[in-house]
Amino acid sequence: MSGVHVTTTVNGDPVEFVCPADESLLDVLRDRLGLTGAKEGCGTGDCGACSITLDGQLVCSCLVLGAEAEGKKITTVEGMADGENLHPLQRQFIDNAALQCGICTPGFLIAAKALLDKNPDPSVEEIRYALAGNLCRCTGYDKIVRAVQAAAKDLQKQNRK
Amino acid sequence: MRYESPTTAKAAVDLLSKEKGKAYVLAGGTDLLVRLRMDMIEPDLMVDIKNIPAMNEIKKTPSGGFKIGAAVSGAKLGANKALKKAWPGVVEATNLIGSDQIQGRCTMVGNLCNASPAADSVPAMIAAGAKANIVGKKRRTVPVEDIVTGPGKTSLAKGELIEAITLPKKAPKSGDAYLRFIPRTEMDIAVVGAAVSLTLKKGVVEKARVALGAVAATPLLVKEAADAIIGTKLDDEALEALGAACSAACKPIDDKRGTVEYRVKVAGVLAQRAAKIAYERAGGK
Ligand SMILES: Cc1cc2nc3c(=O)[nH]c(=O)nc-3n(C[C@H](O)[C@H](O)[C@H](O)COP(=O)(O)OP(=O)(O)OC[C@H]3O[C@@H](n4cnc5c(N)ncnc54)[C@H](O)[C@@H]3O)c2cc1C
Ligand code: FES
Ligand code: FES
Repeated sequence: MSGVHVTTTVNGDPVEFVCPADESLLDVLRDRLGLTGAKEGCGTGDCGACSITLDGQLVCSCLVLGAEAEGKKITTVEGMADGENLHPLQRQFIDNAALQCGICTPGFLIAAKALLDKNPDPSVEEIRYALAGNLCRCTGYDKIVRAVQAAAKDLQKQNRK
Repeated sequence: MRYESPTTAKAAVDLLSKEKGKAYVLAGGTDLLVRLRMDMIEPDLMVDIKNIPAMNEIKKTPSGGFKIGAAVSGAKLGANKALKKAWPGVVEATNLIGSDQIQGRCTMVGNLCNASPAADSVPAMIAAGAKANIVGKKRRTVPVEDIVTGPGKTSLAKGELIEAITLPKKAPKSGDAYLRFIPRTEMDIAVVGAAVSLTLKKGVVEKARVALGAVAATPLLVKEAADAIIGTKLDDEALEALGAACSAACKPIDDKRGTVEYRVKVAGVLAQRAAKIAYERAGGK
């Protein structure tokens, strides 16, 4: 295959791949690297199911070319847990039943983490604005907002220790 | 399709001008890659400008203004305190684009060159008197209002790209603001957008620029609207005249977001509200 050869870092691990120049980073992650956490809901930037961070910046991986990943640091939902220990956001999404079908969940987790990294104590309004780029057709959002609030408290406690 | 990621503006110009097929500049990709995914374009070449260091910077110009590189994302723009203090309307307008995910990638220049009549940052840039620095065979600098020539069309020639946007030095006692109307609070395309930038002298508007979005085939600079408030203290009569001038300048379309009648009316109302915010920001009472 003629394509672009890319060297990058995914969840802390060095990774190499070759992909066609017009292939999205989402397709690279899912189909070439076997990281199927990020989902394709729309492919056009509207639903946020494909959310990842690229050099620490929250982005939709459906609107990034695989070729653009050269030399970058990528994190996906697969890198969120610490071994067997779930991230407080993951734990609270389960405890608050903040998911049903789960298609949107990896995107919400990554977007919520990006928010809490910047703003450890967000208001409900700030949470809703920060998650406006993530769509969920199952939960009605309230449980997701509550899970993020609870995780924010957990993280604050953790950081005080 | 080929993907190239040059590290200088000159290399980008060379790539674009030598390509025989369809070549596109790739900034944040939040318009271009959507069009690629939807099979609306078949590029032979994409030239990513994000690895050109100068295009990633926000710099103070020698004359006290700002030079914003074409690859600077909305998120990076919003994090620049000095810029936000000087030109809050421009920064707020750019930060209205899309979600946090989109903000991580979208650029003002991409918003401009995509040439949508409803682009949020464009009226704010026009009101602020922003200029586009173009590189190509020669360098040239043009006012932002001269870039968009119609929906999806710009005045850039083949091989030309915008390197940066420059904003003038903020005058003492000046302020700017941008407001858009959308049916929801986030993630929608403007039904109408209105931007006002003005400078006061002893509480009287000395200079003003008023620009509208989503009410014609291109964003509009409305001189009559500026004239309506220059020389006034933005009293009710001046606001009335401003609204009327804005409504008169509209040549909108009917679509699912709003009718012609609605857009014409809302353009006047939004311009009045934006003018009041700009006036307050300029220190007027
Ligand atoms: C979910 C979603 C929500 C959105 N919401 C909004 C919104 O609320 N308001 C709004 O106005 N827009 C919105 N947009 C549209 C888009 O995000 C903006 O227009 C954005 O500013 C485009 O910038 P970009 O850097 O991503 O452009 P790109 O997609 O990289 O480029 C856009 C066009 O400009 C050209 N171009 C880019 N840079 C240059 C340059 N330096 N010189 C010459 N040509 C260049 C490209 O070739 C392309 O034709 C939204 C898009 C999505 C997907
Ligand atoms: S799949 Fe990327 S935003 Fe929907
Ligand atoms: S849980 Fe089904 S879309 Fe969110």
